[in-house]
Formats: sequence, C-alpha cells, structure tokens
Amino acid sequence: MKIAVCIKRVPEMDVRFKIGPSGTGVDEAGLKWDMSDFDGYAVEAALQMTEKLGTGEVVVVSLGPDAAQETLRKALSMGAARGVHLKADTIPFDNFAIAKALATELQGGGYDLILFGKMSIDSSNGAVGPMTAELLGLPCVTAASKLEVANGKGTARRELEGAAELLEFPLPAVVTIDEGVARPRYPSLKGIMAAKKKPLEVKPAQLGDVRLTVTTMALPPERPAGRILGEGVAAVPELVKLLQTEAKVL
Amino acid sequence: MANHVLAFAESRAGELRKIATEAATAARTLADAAGGEAHVLLAGAPGIAAKAEALGRFGADAVAVVEHAAFANYNPETLAATIAERVRAGGYRAVVFVGSAQGKDLAPRVAAKLGVPLAADLTTVQLAGDTLVGTHPVNTGKVIATVTLSATPAVVSLRPGAITATENARTARVENVAPVGDPSASKVRVTETIAGNTAKLDLGDAPIIVSGGRGLRAAENFKLVEDLAAAFGNAAVGATRAVTDDGWRPHSDQIGQTGRQVSPNLYVAVGISGAIQHLAGMRTSKTIVAINKDREAPIFKIADYGIVGDVLEIVPALTAAVREAKGSH
Repeated sequence: MKIAVCIKRVPEMDVRFKIGPSGTGVDEAGLKWDMSDFDGYAVEAALQMTEKLGTGEVVVVSLGPDAAQETLRKALSMGAARGVHLKADTIPFDNFAIAKALATELQGGGYDLILFGKMSIDSSNGAVGPMTAELLGLPCVTAASKLEVANGKGTARRELEGAAELLEFPLPAVVTIDEGVARPRYPSLKGIMAAKKKPLEVKPAQLGDVRLTVTTMALPPERPAGRILGEGVAAVPELVKLLQTEAKVL
Repeated sequence: MANHVLAFAESRAGELRKIATEAATAARTLADAAGGEAHVLLAGAPGIAAKAEALGRFGADAVAVVEHAAFANYNPETLAATIAERVRAGGYRAVVFVGSAQGKDLAPRVAAKLGVPLAADLTTVQLAGDTLVGTHPVNTGKVIATVTLSATPAVVSLRPGAITATENARTARVENVAPVGDPSASKVRVTETIAGNTAKLDLGDAPIIVSGGRGLRAAENFKLVEDLAAAFGNAAVGATRAVTDDGWRPHSDQIGQTGRQVSPNLYVAVGISGAIQHLAGMRTSKTIVAINKDREAPIFKIADYGIVGDVLEIVPALTAAVREAKGSH
C-alpha cells in the first residue's frame, strides 16, 4: 500500500490578522505556522492504514516556498517515510495551477491512494484534491468522515446537510479527508530525531498559468461591542423585548 | 462566445433544495450582466422534470433535465461529465454551483474537466468585462479576499445562503438531455444515502439557530436547547466541537472552523464560552445572543445581547417567554 498525502503549510488561526503592505495578503510578521488542520487528519489516516496492514509507505508532498519543508518534516516526524517539496516562490491562489503541479508529480508514482485534507484552513477552496483526481483520471471521494480500504477497494462515508452518503470505489483513488477519520498524533521525540534523516526531495513546481488571484484582502467589519443585559432569569423579559423591537427576529 | 450562464440545481430525493433557487437567482443576475440567458441543469431520477417549472420562477430561461434511474443517489462522475459537456457545447460565459456538500464535490470536478480554476465559496459575485470578481472569506472568516478569475468559462461556487433566492418569473423552455457516459458504470458509487431527520430544519436553511456547549453540563440537558428551538418554531439546533467530540450530538451538528459555517438571522449560544474554533463558524450571524455563567467568556465580546447566569435556569424561562411572545401556548 503506497499512499501519498498532499499537505499545506498555513498560518495558525488563533490570532488577529493584519493586512500586509501589498494589500493582497495578510501581514506575516509574528504569525506561527503549522500543517493545515484537515491535512493532519489525512496524514494520520494514511499512517494508521499502513500500520494496520503492517506494510506500505506514506509519502508527503507539499507545494510552496522553502518553509514548506518544515511542514514536510513534521509529517515525517509523525511517521511518513519521505517527503517531496514542490518549490514555488509563493503558493498561488489558483487551485487548478496547484492541481496541475501536484498531478505532474503524482503521475506514475504508483500510489494506491492519494489523500488530501478536505480544504486548506486558510484559502478554504477545497478544490485541489478533486481537480488533481480529474487530471490523473482517478476516482475521487471528497470530505470522507470515515474511510476504509481493503482488497483494492475503498469504502467511505460523507456527511451531507442533515444526511450522509456511503460510498464504494476502486483503488487507486483520491480521497479528501474530513475530521472524524483520525485525530493526528503528536510527533514523538524519537520521531522528530528520525525525521531529520528521512529523504526530502526538492523539485520546481510546474504551475503553468495562474488565472485566479487575490486582488485585495480586507478585514471584515468589526461587530459592534455587545451588551450584557443582566444576570439570571430576571434579564429574560428585556432580551425578548429586544429580539422583538430591535433585532426583529421574534 | 455566447453570453449564457449555466447553473446546477441540486435536488435530493426528488425535491429541489433551497440552494437550487439560489443558483438560479445567481445565474439570472450574471446572465443579465453578460447580456445572455440563464440556463439551469437539473438531474435526478425519472420524475425530476416536474421541478423544472419552479426554476423558471427564479429566472431560468431554459432548464436542461437529465433523468436517469441511477440519479436517485448522487452520481458525481456522470454528473460532472454531463455538465462539462453541456458547457463546452453551449460556449457558456459562467457556470454556477452552490457549495453544499454536493456542490463542493461537483464544482471542482467540472472546472478541472474544463481546464479552468474554480472561484470557490463566494459570498458575492459579478462579471466585470473579461473577468469575474467575487468575495471569499478566508482564514476562518477573519479576512475577506476579493478574488479575480480571468478564465472562460468562469466556474464559481457560492456559499449557501449568500445569495437570496429572488422570484423573477418566466416560462422556462425545458429540454431533456441524455447523461454523458453510463451512470451505472461509475467507479465511485453511492451505495446508500442515509436520510437525516427530514422534519428537522437544516443548519444552512434555518433563519434561527440555537446552539449548545459544554456549559449545559450533561447530554440530557440538550433537551433545553431543543425546547428553545421548538419555541422559536423556525430554528435548527447546533453544537460546539467539544459537545460533538463527546458524542452528545452528531458531528453533523458541529458549528465552527472545522464544522458548518452559518450566518442565520439569530444565533443563540447556550453555555458556549466562544472558543475561536466556534466563533469561526458563526461570527457572521446577524444577531447573536449569549447565555453563559462566566461574565468574562469571549462569546460576550461578539454577542449583541448577553445574559450572565445558569443556563439550566435561564433557558427554560426564555423558552416560556418566546412561546408567549409567539402566542403559541
């Protein structure tokens, strides 16, 4: 079982973002960076599958500037066998350009399974996984909340609005991972030491034309400061009155 | 190059979803800007054609109906191939999806088949000459990106609820279209669609959401949240990640950075402290009410109206007061 997991380095989200001087991105000063949340679930799912089978290899791929190697090293310290860094000055916003670069790398790699997070937590497009599948001509399941593979076949579950779907598909395939599949492990000290010696190959990313760009970034309007109406049950009549007269939702 | 716009109308179990009318509305607006027609593609099991007329009410000039027994369940491969072929043959200026679970799955497949990027999860969209410009919340809604798409056709997916479905009646021409490829030969097969509680209002459709967190102290106290939602009448029930992780509620109820992102008219946060992960899913709600015992809880910083105290006492009193206000004793 050979599994590729495509991962992205993103800023940690528990900060107040500022807009950078270019006006087309956030100010990166002081930001901390990590593997995108759903990509962590995907790495963990891949590791658990190969561990369960007792055989196989997990390869992690990341596109971006040199710092992408930190994210690849993290996945290697979790247990992935080797990394591929598709080097680009910046990560373009164009999801089809990224998918083309990834498909070029993954084509002919002999992967049984190619995993992605269901979306990156920063750009939140959720398009690169299924686009890569189309370019590779592979079956694709998006946002799997459960995933099992056995005997060249996979089964998955997807959550819909107020419903769910169960799916079957043949391998090789592309699957994008929702949370629920597997909680990512913390790298052990031993894992971190081992990761330093694992192979990490660097190649230029074959991006092609970029036709989807961010032209400006702005902060959303601040919510006006809230009001605490009071304490306990005594404040309920005031709340109901405001919901009727001010918010007009009742 | 034609100036027509094609929208995909999502249906489930033979019924149009509300977002199908949002897609038709957006196609109408874009087609008017481009000087073309609004077309809608509707796929489903035999009988779905009966829903075409409703799409005309929301501005579709023409509806392409693709009926096949295999479309009783979602069939991503055949649908993507059929839509892409239709777009190629018709020379469309833009293609519109709404980013439900199905729309999020389908839109990038179609865009890739057409060899173009996808402007995803847009909250506004307009055609500006050779480009399409839209806004898209990034970084868990803390930053709003304006994106420019310079490919033709311009393939977009809209955030559910971002476009208000607006009637703009016309009599739509209805054309039956054969699926491209054999739907029963798809590699990815949906073997079962597990229906949720159909009486339950979906989080994406509900004008009011009552949501519960750990402050409820025990799973059985979620009844209080359900009672309050029932008192409003048009409310859905949501939950924090802590609560869904503990199994008090299903994962599908989770609102937050990694769950559903909602913007109802009214969001009532019951026993929710307001972790960043949760705020990312509901901060764009029009009016926010918070009930929490901790006066310093971050939820109060974004709540329009807050009450400090024990949720187990306050929520039943609020439920009774809402019932009285609605005159529905």
